[in-house]
This record gives sequence, structure tokens and C-alpha cells, in this order.
Amino acid sequence: MSDATANAGVQRPVAYRGGGFAPSPRRWVGFVVFAVLVVLAEWGTRSGWISPLTLPKPSDVLDTFGDLYKSGLLFQHLVPSLSRLFMGALIGISLGVVIGILIGLFSYVRAGMVPVVAAIFPIPKIALLPLFVIWFGIGEGSKYALIAFGTFTPTVVATYGAVDNVDRTLIRMGQSFGLSWWSIVRKIVLPGAMPGILSGLRISLAIAIILLVAAEMLGAEFGIGAYILEAGSLYDLERLFAGVVILSVLGVFVSVAVGLVERRLLGWRT
Amino acid sequence: MDIQMKSVSHFYGSTEVLRDISIDIPTGKVVCLVGPSGCGKSTLLRFIGGLERPTQGEVLQLGEPPEGSLNPLTYVFQDFALLPWRSVRGNISLVLEDHGIRGEKANRIIQDVLARTKLSDFENALPKQLSGGMKQRVAIARALAVKPAVMLMDEPLSALDAQTRELLMDDLVALWTRQPFTAVYVTHNLAEAVRLGHKVVVLSRRPGRVREVVEIDTPLTERTTGDPELEKVQNKLWNLMRDEARAADEELVNV
Ligand SMILES: Nc1ncnc2c1ncn2[C@@H]1O[C@H](COP(=O)(O)OP(=O)(O)OP(=O)(O)O)[C@@H](O)[C@H]1O
Ligand SMILES: [Mg+2]
Repeated sequence: MSDATANAGVQRPVAYRGGGFAPSPRRWVGFVVFAVLVVLAEWGTRSGWISPLTLPKPSDVLDTFGDLYKSGLLFQHLVPSLSRLFMGALIGISLGVVIGILIGLFSYVRAGMVPVVAAIFPIPKIALLPLFVIWFGIGEGSKYALIAFGTFTPTVVATYGAVDNVDRTLIRMGQSFGLSWWSIVRKIVLPGAMPGILSGLRISLAIAIILLVAAEMLGAEFGIGAYILEAGSLYDLERLFAGVVILSVLGVFVSVAVGLVERRLLGWRT
Repeated sequence: MDIQMKSVSHFYGSTEVLRDISIDIPTGKVVCLVGPSGCGKSTLLRFIGGLERPTQGEVLQLGEPPEGSLNPLTYVFQDFALLPWRSVRGNISLVLEDHGIRGEKANRIIQDVLARTKLSDFENALPKQLSGGMKQRVAIARALAVKPAVMLMDEPLSALDAQTRELLMDDLVALWTRQPFTAVYVTHNLAEAVRLGHKVVVLSRRPGRVREVVEIDTPLTERTTGDPELEKVQNKLWNLMRDEARAADEELVNV
């Protein structure tokens, strides 16, 4: 260090090796990826490089969608689907959050419920559809039940994990100030578990959309799922894809909505 | 309200953590607890705060807490323990809400404690926006809001850098001078102990016993860094601690 002349000629900047691992918003990238995929499919199907039996032309799918919209059928399908999604997810997620919190707070509930949840988590809920039809009838009841059941388990698991992760020193603090049990749960445990609950919500809602199609397999005249299933059984690929695109868009909307809620509720995070 | 510990002993499983501890904490005085790592200082503080029970002996509360004390035994934590989702004001109102204090009455208390800790301008800031020293001042403000009879401080300044620590010590002295409070102050830092303590209790290594009690008569406001009298006390404390600390350090290897 002291002998500067000895090191002359080896001057260079320190190699940079930091950065990364910090996602930051890049809004346009998502759109570009979508656009490239669609353009590729359009170009492939037009030039015959992709046969029309493999993939419908995106422009045809768009036309089908336009027809659907103009005939007013779109909303006839969308409204019942959305209400099933909403009711089913509402029931499943609220029950799931409540049970998850109880598991997080009470050792007996944990000992009793965790194995039960582990047992029902891997059951393919679609397999139980006939059972739900027997229990809740062929009407809306069985559809709500299927979606509720499917969203319940992931919500429970996410919620009790989130409660377990609440900083214990904050709870001790609450106790040391003489806060009541209920205050501690409401003002410390719940907000502290909110990040985990909301990331569980993302998964649960995606599962709800998946189950929507299954729920509409039986006895549904209208609904996006019914529409897709009908198109599928006729090998009407344009309509099938139009339906699938609606579900995808629904998924994106849900994800954006959860993102907004997160930003609103979790602004305190660094 | 005084606190009296009468031959407190404690075991965690078969490990003896504390042995026959008797300490008096008189009203209006700051009692510092020093001792090597793992000797049971935090455990002792949890007994005083009623968060845990000793295996033997008892912790007594002599006399009634002063009128209007909402939470007689109040903690100040090393890691601040602020709710990150509540603003400075929200963190203070948290501990008032459960006592049914809301609205104008709560507002008056909050304004008062914020002024006393020089935080009035940061009422609406979130903890993530504050520096470590400010966070600890919020925690102190929160403790003051419930009008404690005894403040239980577990290494409140350990997470802070040396300069901030000096400033906060001055703040604590100023707070105490304005309105003397009773405190049990756990620390590793002997400089803090001689700066803030009216009485310094030196604990031995585990199982913790009272090794010595050193009274410091110099009034808090007259204590300056470099005061030969205090230096002497600090040296004495360090000599008491050194062997214990070294022995404790070597013991860990055999665990
Ligand atoms: N809940 C517990 N269960 C079992 N052992 C514990 C528990 N809490 C503390 N101990 C043990 O008791 C001893 C005293 O712990 P304590 O935290 O009171 O020490 P301390 O003096 O505060 O140490 P430090 O200076 O490191 O904060 C330690 O050996 C610790 O491992
Ligand atoms: Mg400790």
C-alpha cells in the first residue's frame, strides 16, 4: 500500500458483483411476451406451419369472442360463473382463515385439525363432485361446495403458517402491557399474519378458477366452464380457446386485485 | 411502590439459572443489573414483570402503585418491539386502547409523551421510516404512556450505535430528572451502568448469584464522562466482572 510505484500499471476498477435478487416492476415485459406468443401463433397458423387442427388462429378466436360479446351470451356465461367463484371462494377462504387462525392459536385444535387438513388436501376435489351433488343438490349448492372445499385447505395451511411466523416478541410485548387475549389476536396476531394470508389467497383464488370448470361439468347450462366443456366435446377449438382466454384474463384480474389489496394493507413492509 | 426479590432461585429443566437472589428496588431509583452473558438477567427481569414464575422464592410488590398507573410494571425491549404496521401514534395508542382510553384523553397522553421524548414531529411516521435511536425513543414513549411504577429495561440501548447510545442516555437522564421513575436496567455495558444506575447489582456467572451491590451516590445530572470517581467505580465493576466473564466464556465450551 505504502509503496505506490511498485503497483503502478495494475490500476483497474473493482469488479462489480452485487445487484440482482431484488425484483422491481417491469410493466411492459408481460405485454411483450404475450404479444410475441400471439403473433407467433397467428403467423404460424396463417402460413400453415401450424396446422389448424393443432391450434386455432388467434384472429378466429378473437372473432368468436366478438360474436360472443355481441350476442350477449358473454355476460350470460360470465355472471353465473363469477357469482359461483365469488360465493365458493368466500365460503372456503373465510372458513379457511378462521380454522387456520384457530390452529395457530390452540394446541388442541392444531393436534386435531392438522392431520385432517393433510388428509383432505391431496384429494382431487373433482372426484368428489358426485358426492357434493348428492349432498347439496344439482343446483348452485354443489358448485359452491366444490369451490369452497378446494380453496379451504390451501387457505388453512397458509394461514396457520402465517400465524406461526408472527414475531413472538411482539406478542410478549402485548402481554407485558396487559393487553387482553382478544386484543393481542386482533391487533398483533392478525395483522402480523396478513402477509402470509394474502400470499395464500393468491393460490386459493387460482385454484378456485381451476375448479370453476369442474364445478360446471354437471347440470350447468350457463357459465364459462360449461361453455368450455361444450366446445371441447364438439372439438370447436375457437370457442374452446375463447373460453380459456376468459379464464386466463380472470386469473390476471384476480392477481392484480390481490396485488392492490397487498399494497393497501402491507404498505408497512420494507 | 418498591419491588423486593426474596431468595429467588430458578431452574430451566435441570439447569440452575439463578440461585438465591435477593434485591431491593426502591421507588424512584434506577437499579442496574450487570453480569456475564447467560447468567439469567433477562430471566430475572421476566420474573419482575410477571411474564414467568421463579422455581423458588418470590417477587414482592411493596405498597400500591401510584394513582393512575395503567400498567405498573412496564417493559422496554432491546429490539424495540414496535408494531411495524402502526404509526408512532398508533403504537402508543395500542397500549391505551385496552384501558378504555380513546379520543381526546388518549390524544393528550400521546402528545405529552411524544413531547417528552422529542418525537412530536414524527407522530404519523411508520417504524420503518425511523432510525434505531428514534425507534427506541418511541418504545420509551409507549412505556411512559401507561404511567409505569417500575420500568423494566432489558438492554434497551444494545441494538444502537455508540453515538446514539450516548444521546439516548442523556435523554434518559433528562427524563428521570424531570420526573424520577423507578427502573430495573439490564445491561452489558458498564459505562451505561455507572451513568444511569443509583445501584449496580453485579451477578456472577450461571447459576447467577448476587456477587456485589455497588451504590453510586453522585446525582445523575452531575455524572460526566471522564469523572474520576465514576471511572473508579467502573474499574471496580470491570474487575468484578472480568473473572466471571472469562470463566463463563470458557464454560460454554463444555456445555
Ligand atoms: N425459556 C428457556 N428455557 C430454557 N432455558 C432458558 C430459557 N430462557 C433462558 N434459558 C437459559 O437460561 C440462562 C439465562 O438466560 P438469560 O436470557 O436470562 O440470560 P441473560 O443474562 O439475559 O443473558 P444475555 O446477557 O445473553 O442476555 C441461559 O443459559 C439460557 O440459555
Ligand atoms: Mg438477556
